[in-house]
Amino acid sequence: MADTWSKFIEYLQIPFVRYALIVGVLIALCASLLGVTLVLKRFSFIGDGLSHVAFGAISVATVIGLSNDTLFTMGVTVLCAILILGGSRYTKIKGDASVAMISVSALAMGYLLMNVFPTSGNVSGDVCSTLFGSALILTLSKEDVILCIAVSVVVVLLFLFFYNKLFAVTFDGDFARATGTKADIYNLIIAAIIAVIVVLAMNLVGSLLISALVVFPAMSAMRVFKSFRSVTICSAVISVLCALTGMVIAIVAGTPVGSTIVVTDIAVFVIFSIAGKITGRTV
Amino acid sequence: MALLKCTDLTLGYENIVLTEHLDFEVNAGEYWCITGENGTGKSTFMKTILGLRKPLAGTISYGDGLEKNKIGYLPQQTQLQKDFPASVTEVVISGFQGKTGLRPFYTKEEKAGALKNMERLGIEDLSKRCYRELSGGQQQRVLLARALCATGKILLLDEPVTGLDPKATEELYELIKKLNREDKITIIMITHDVEAPRKYATHVMNFGEKITKEEISSGRYMV
Ligand SMILES: Nc1ncnc2c1ncn2[C@@H]1O[C@H](COP(=O)(O)OP(=O)(O)O)[C@@H](O)[C@H]1O
Ligand SMILES: [Mg+2]
Repeated sequence: MADTWSKFIEYLQIPFVRYALIVGVLIALCASLLGVTLVLKRFSFIGDGLSHVAFGAISVATVIGLSNDTLFTMGVTVLCAILILGGSRYTKIKGDASVAMISVSALAMGYLLMNVFPTSGNVSGDVCSTLFGSALILTLSKEDVILCIAVSVVVVLLFLFFYNKLFAVTFDGDFARATGTKADIYNLIIAAIIAVIVVLAMNLVGSLLISALVVFPAMSAMRVFKSFRSVTICSAVISVLCALTGMVIAIVAGTPVGSTIVVTDIAVFVIFSIAGKITGRTV
Repeated sequence: MALLKCTDLTLGYENIVLTEHLDFEVNAGEYWCITGENGTGKSTFMKTILGLRKPLAGTISYGDGLEKNKIGYLPQQTQLQKDFPASVTEVVISGFQGKTGLRPFYTKEEKAGALKNMERLGIEDLSKRCYRELSGGQQQRVLLARALCATGKILLLDEPVTGLDPKATEELYELIKKLNREDKITIIMITHDVEAPRKYATHVMNFGEKITKEEISSGRYMV
């Protein structure tokens, strides 16, 4: 045990590891904030869907040789998020179906492009790291970290600023609209925020596991807490702690970062489910 | 001047017309019951008054100090609300959301207003409880308190008693009557009940093949 601890302290001396921990915690925090809203709006899979879109966008950027692919990817992803979330009230295709259609199309096209125009020798390796997250999290540059901190601060501030409006719009969109809340605008904001988070989070856990970051903390918190505020706070805390624990385990034990974080989230969900069963009703 | 005036209204969706040439006026203090078979467009009518849908033709005008955004609404319950983690206070105070504009938090007055409306409906003891764990009748009162936060003039209620047991139904009707008679809040209520219109309403509108309107004198003991 003391051995592991000293090993961990030793790792902490390495800037990459510190960067990874900072970025991981921030991404986990941001992802958890919108979790409740997305789960309740039946958009649990939007994280997956959007990350596949981001995957497709990255493939396109790579193939046409764009230098700044993060901006391009964010742009495309935000656009698709708005199409999915914003359009669901007007189109005949409903939530889960539109997520599935857009995400599968993007995934297929991205993979096809990468195969037809391979830019590196190891296509399946590239694809695998995009899907499951890569060791990339350990090769973040200082600039990456600063970008991530800046974006996270903006996301958290936006969330706090729009917190009460998000509640009103999610709890009862029709009522909110009828009494003068600009629900459509807030839905757009939700869409944009989630898209930005997804693009950020792809490095951390990869596109297959992003939904876990969004959904698990919220689901765990909802097992035990019963008000919107307590659920929100609790899921943020759970998400941050799981990300930290997961990353520490991954670093010390040498396991893949993304999957380790997700497994930690699953474990907490199981614990909270049992706790919820035992305590029955709490506030 | 009428609170609400509809002129030659046509209701429906892209591919179907539900109602044509609907003309009517609602004045302050009236109690309208809207009855009719399922699928005849009652909810659509309500959503059109609320501005959630555009009428296919015709106009709706608001008068007598009523603004479009100041209408209280009690929707038909959705599946979404049934598993939403929210305390009663959180739900009730969200009735003020439309008035807050860009302000991120609720003011002291709004918090006090939410409490007052909970007291009005006798649910102040439930304020910390979880909304989804309440009985159907309690939930409807919570939504009614929320609607009161949004309005002081008019309430639109879409099947408020559906799914309630006879006692809860009776209590909710009495509450609504009290809001109408004592607080002078105009009521427009969709209901399948046959007795309620006779007992409480000043006007009944029946949706069907043809829309019929009727004024009920027994219900008219308001000042
Ligand atoms: N969004 C919609 N698009 C197309 N048709 C709709 C929509 N919503 C309801 N309808 C149709 O309009 C009719 C009236 O619906 P509604 O107003 O809910 O009836 P009611 O409340 O009287 O039972 C129904 O036949 C329904 O199928
Ligand atoms: Mg209806």
